[in-house]
Amino acid sequence: MHGVGKMVLRRLAQLIPVMIIATFVVFALVFLMPGDPAVTLAGEFATEARINEIRALYGFDQPFWVQYGHWLWNALHFDLGRSLFSNEEVSRLISMRLPHTLLLVFYALFLGAITGIPLGILAATRQGTRLDKAITSLASLGVAVPNFWLGIILVSALALDWRLFPATGAVSIFEDPLGAIYYATLPALALSTNVTAVLTRQVRSALLEVLSSQFIRTLRAKGLRPAAVLWRHGLRNVAATMLTIAGLQFNLLFSSAVIVESVFAVPGVGSLISYSALNKDFPVVQGVALVLVVLVIFVNLLVDVLNSILDPRVAAST
Amino acid sequence: MTDATVTTPVPAGPARFSVWRWMRSDMRAALALTYLIILVLGAVLAPFLAPYSPTDQNIMNMLADPSGEHWLGTDDLGRDTLSRLMYGAGNALYASGLAVGIAVLIGVPVGVFIGFVGGWIDEAVSRVIDAILAFPPIVLAVAITGALGIGLTNAMLAVGFAFAPYLARTMRAQTLVVKSALYVDAAVGFGASRFHLIRKHILPNAIQPVIVEVTLLLAVALLAEAGLSFLSLGVQAPEASWGGMLARAYSYIEIAPTQMYAPGFAILFTALAFNALGESIRVLLDPTVKKI
Repeated sequence: MHGVGKMVLRRLAQLIPVMIIATFVVFALVFLMPGDPAVTLAGEFATEARINEIRALYGFDQPFWVQYGHWLWNALHFDLGRSLFSNEEVSRLISMRLPHTLLLVFYALFLGAITGIPLGILAATRQGTRLDKAITSLASLGVAVPNFWLGIILVSALALDWRLFPATGAVSIFEDPLGAIYYATLPALALSTNVTAVLTRQVRSALLEVLSSQFIRTLRAKGLRPAAVLWRHGLRNVAATMLTIAGLQFNLLFSSAVIVESVFAVPGVGSLISYSALNKDFPVVQGVALVLVVLVIFVNLLVDVLNSILDPRVAAST
Repeated sequence: MTDATVTTPVPAGPARFSVWRWMRSDMRAALALTYLIILVLGAVLAPFLAPYSPTDQNIMNMLADPSGEHWLGTDDLGRDTLSRLMYGAGNALYASGLAVGIAVLIGVPVGVFIGFVGGWIDEAVSRVIDAILAFPPIVLAVAITGALGIGLTNAMLAVGFAFAPYLARTMRAQTLVVKSALYVDAAVGFGASRFHLIRKHILPNAIQPVIVEVTLLLAVALLAEAGLSFLSLGVQAPEASWGGMLARAYSYIEIAPTQMYAPGFAILFTALAFNALGESIRVLLDPTVKKI
């Protein structure tokens, strides 16, 4: 446990500069706008008073670093400003919408895991057979298919034709957990293909590597049943791979959710950021980007910690 | 050209590279390359080959099913779907090329530089790379596009920026590997300059995995363009894009359910082709890796 503790401390120390740079990127987005950002943000028919109000709101009249410091200080206190359109607090908007997105992301990870891991094991244990080829082809399809198109097909087939699932919308998980899962099923399914495909490939190749290693050969020579070799020794060594992929996919699922949420009219942070970007509602865009990047950084830390608990060699090597 | 390389007996030693031999050894890659060549030709020659103008509206013939007149039917404004698909191919290829080009232009030099100099510069820039990698790529691209202004070129600049750290990371790792190789030590012993080292030794030997990654990124960029255009953050109406076509098809899905297939398959096949080519290049450059 000592190694793990030290490793967590070291990772936390690395995390602070990454965090600061990430917040800086989010803050600096406003300065990519052509022309005077205050004028752009105020919109076409803004009065001089409105422009000045926005200038004061962002502190555009102050030096750059003062602006950044001010913004960061507020963000640390969960004050992300107000929407330029609805005037709602950005932190409130995000806290209302984030649960919908998180449900989709975790649901998709779950669906990807329960399909990808067995498929990967099946392909690895039947290496070279027709089944193996079929599974690897399916995985190639899974990385290339546009998630939002798959979503449209799912709506067309399972919602409109067969009426098995609702086509669009979402239910709050806090009010009606079962209903929320029911509504989230199609979007999560549309999101999960990439997770399934990547897990299938990686589990397959990691397992093939483990199964061909010396210690497995020794175990077999000692007369251990093949099933015991696979379950007790093979998969244990593949667990770290699965965790690492789950961490990476967590990031990419937010990416896909931005588009898939629009297909299913899910009121999550993904549809919020795309809608706000179209309308130049910048405090909202920045708020969502900030919250998601912080989430991803912490999940990556969690994955590293879990990995080092699973495999002490990881903790020693980083 | 290909005939000559096939019939010429190959002398012992490193075999000369032949596209023909490569394609014959990998049917999937051959299929992918053929498809991509047809796609590029279709996109370039769209003004001559397309049966209709992509913006010609025919209000008398909206959301028509495929027929002899309109092979793939028409959209909600009576525009020919096949013609829009062909013009959309141009935008899709331009978008993927631009995004990946930007990623290469930023990522490769940065990766080589920090891998080569090391020290605190490497440490600092690596943290910047970590920070940008922590953003979900589409989230970052949407945010940057919102700031720069909506449109295909801005959206793809944003996607390219979001991809750059992936290439920088690979390039840095490769540079570190090559830098410690014996022949680089030898070159240093002979008094080679830094510039010479990077140009003659590091770049050619470190670039291989990046070539593979670049091909695979083309597929990711294509999917990103389709997604952003679907959200109307990319290609703007009335210009044709596969993602935009899907958005319109989705709005009329209950009246004309067949309209969603052509653009979707176009995206899927193109992404599959880029991926197949990338995997094939991986095997080609390093025959020791197993095919996945």
